[in-house]
Amino acid sequence: MEAERVAPTSNQARHAYVAEGRTVGFFTDPTVCIGCKACEVACKEWNQVPEDGRVWTGHSYDNSGSLGASTWRHVKFLEVGRRLGPQVAGPMTGGPERPFGWTFLSDVCKHCQNAGCLEACPTGAIFRTEVNSVYVQDDVCNGCGYCVVGCPFGVIDRRPEPLPGAGGAFKCTFCYDRQIDGLTPACAKACPTESIMFGPLDELHARADRRVADLRARGYPEARVYDPVDTSVGGIHAFFLLLGPPEEFGLPPRPEVPTVYLRGAWLSAAMTSALTLAGACLAFALL
Amino acid sequence: MQGKPPEARATEARLDALREEARETGTVGGGGAAIVGGPIPRDPTAVSGYYGQPIVKPPVWTWQVGLYFFVGGTAGMSGVIALAGLVTGQPIDLVRAALGVALAGAVISPILLIADLGRPTRFLNMLRVFKWRSAMSMGVWTLLLFSGFAASARLLTERSGLLTQLGVSPIAQRGLAFIFTIGTALFGVVLATYPGVLLGATAIPAWSAHHRLLPFHFGVVALGSAGATLELLGFRMAALNAIGLTVAAVETTVGAWIELRRRDATARALHTGAAGRLLRTAALMTGPVPLLLRLFGRVPIAAVCFLLGAVLSRYGWLLAGRFSALDPEEALATQRAPSA
Repeated sequence: MEAERVAPTSNQARHAYVAEGRTVGFFTDPTVCIGCKACEVACKEWNQVPEDGRVWTGHSYDNSGSLGASTWRHVKFLEVGRRLGPQVAGPMTGGPERPFGWTFLSDVCKHCQNAGCLEACPTGAIFRTEVNSVYVQDDVCNGCGYCVVGCPFGVIDRRPEPLPGAGGAFKCTFCYDRQIDGLTPACAKACPTESIMFGPLDELHARADRRVADLRARGYPEARVYDPVDTSVGGIHAFFLLLGPPEEFGLPPRPEVPTVYLRGAWLSAAMTSALTLAGACLAFALL
Repeated sequence: MQGKPPEARATEARLDALREEARETGTVGGGGAAIVGGPIPRDPTAVSGYYGQPIVKPPVWTWQVGLYFFVGGTAGMSGVIALAGLVTGQPIDLVRAALGVALAGAVISPILLIADLGRPTRFLNMLRVFKWRSAMSMGVWTLLLFSGFAASARLLTERSGLLTQLGVSPIAQRGLAFIFTIGTALFGVVLATYPGVLLGATAIPAWSAHHRLLPFHFGVVALGSAGATLELLGFRMAALNAIGLTVAAVETTVGAWIELRRRDATARALHTGAAGRLLRTAALMTGPVPLLLRLFGRVPIAAVCFLLGAVLSRYGWLLAGRFSALDPEEALATQRAPSA
C-alpha cells in the first residue's frame, strides 16, 4: 500500500548531475530505516575508510559513536519511551506502561549551503563541487585543524596516527568520484529500504514534504524536516526527516556558520589595535 | 552527563520482591531500571542530546598553539612599543630591543605553527590562497608580513654600520627604519589580536559566545606581555610601568566581568573544572596581582607574574574550548538562548 504512495527513487539509476551542474542532495528518512548499517559498511568499503577502533559504547547498538574522520555515515540508535507503529521490541518493553520504540537515523555530512569547514580552510583544500557538495582534497590539506572547529555539526575531524592518511582532515566526499561517473553515492546505493535517498535537491525536498504530510496524516504529528534554512547555515544539502526535536537526534537546533562572528570579532580587533597603538604612544609621549 | 540519572535505587523490599517473583514464576517481568546510556528503554533527553554525544568536535590543536598565541602576541605588541618609542624620540636602545623581541617572536612563531600541523611538510599550502573569510589564512599572511617588517626594521636600526658601508645614506636608513617599524607595528597589532578572531569565529560555544571579547582580551594581554618582557630586559621606564598598570587594571575588569556573568550551561566551560581554574588563576596573575605589585613598586616580580599569567590565559581559553565542545548541553543551551 505504501509502495503506491511513494514513487521509486533514482537511487539505482545512472545520472549526469555533475555534467549538468545540478545541485544534488541526500534525504534521509529514519521512519523506514531498519538500522542495518549497510550504509556505514558501503561507505567504508568504497572509500577505503580505515577502521577507527572497536569500542563498545553501550549506546544501544550504536558502536560507531559519532561522525568523524573515519566514520562518514553513522547510524544512530534512539531508544524512545513510546511505541512507534506496530514495532515489537522484545520482552524488555515491560508492557503498555513502559512502551518502547526504536528510531534509527543514518547521519552524514550535511554539505551546508554556507559551509563552515570550507570557509575556514586556509589552504583551499576544501572546495565546492559542480553538484554543490563540499569536498576535501586530501593531497592539499595540511592538517591545520581549523575546519574541525568550523563545523557547527561536528562532522569533519583530523585523522589520528597511526591510521592511513593521518594528520589530514576527512569527512564524507558525497562519493564525488562515483558521481563523476554517473553513479549514486555508495551509501544510497546500498540502502535496502531507500531510507537514504539521493537525487536533485529540489526533487528530494518535494518528496520530503509529501512524506511529512503523509506521516502527520497517519498519526505522527511530530514529523518534520530538519533543514536549518532560517539560520546562517542557509540550509543543508543532506537533510533529514525527524520524529521529534533535533536535539534528541544529536542535531543542533540552530546551527550557525562561524563566519557570522567574523564581523564583530574583526571590529573588536581593529578597535583594540587602535587603542593599544594610541595608548602606547601616549604613555611614551607623556611619561 | 549522560541523560537523566537512574530512577530511585531499589530498596531492600524491592530486592525481596524480585526474589519472590523469580521463585514463584521462574521469570521477572517489568521494565526494570532505565540505566543511563544503557540499551534499555529510556527517554533521550533533549537537554543532553543523543546519549550525551558532543554536538561539535573539540579542537585538535596541540600544545604549541597556546604558546604560539603568547609568543606571537608578545612579538606583535613589541612592534607597537618600538613604533611608540620611535615616534616619541625614546633612546634607540629601547626601539632596538623592542624590534629584537618582535623579530625573535617572528622566528619562533612559525616553528610552533608548523609543528602543530597534522602534516607539517605541507605548511606552504597555506600560501597558495588568501582568504578574507578564514581567520587562519589571515593569520598566516599577517605573520608572514610581520616577520618581513620586523626583520627589516631590526636590520635598519642596527648599530654596526653595515648598511653605511654598503652605501646606504644615514637619512635613507632612518626613513626606511621608520617605515618598516610602522609596518611592524601595524601587522603586530593584527598578529596580537587575530587569535581572538580565530577562536571567536568557530562553532565552539565558549569561544563564539565571546567573539567580541577575545580579540580585545588577547590584544591587551599581549601589550602587557610586550611591556613586561622589555622591563625584564632592563628597561625600567615610567611609560612601560604605566602600560603595565593600565593593562593589569583592564584585565582585572575583564576577569571580574567574566566571573560575574551568568553561570548557566552556556558558560559552564569557563567557570568549572580545569579550564575554569586555569582561567581564574590566569585572571588573577594578569589582573589584580601585578596591579598591586606595581603599585608597591615590585616591577620585576609583577612582570614575571604577568607573563606567566599570560601563558596560562591562552591555555585556559584553549582548554575551555575543548570542554565546551565536549559538553552537548552547553552547545544546545547556547542555541536555545534567545540572544544566540
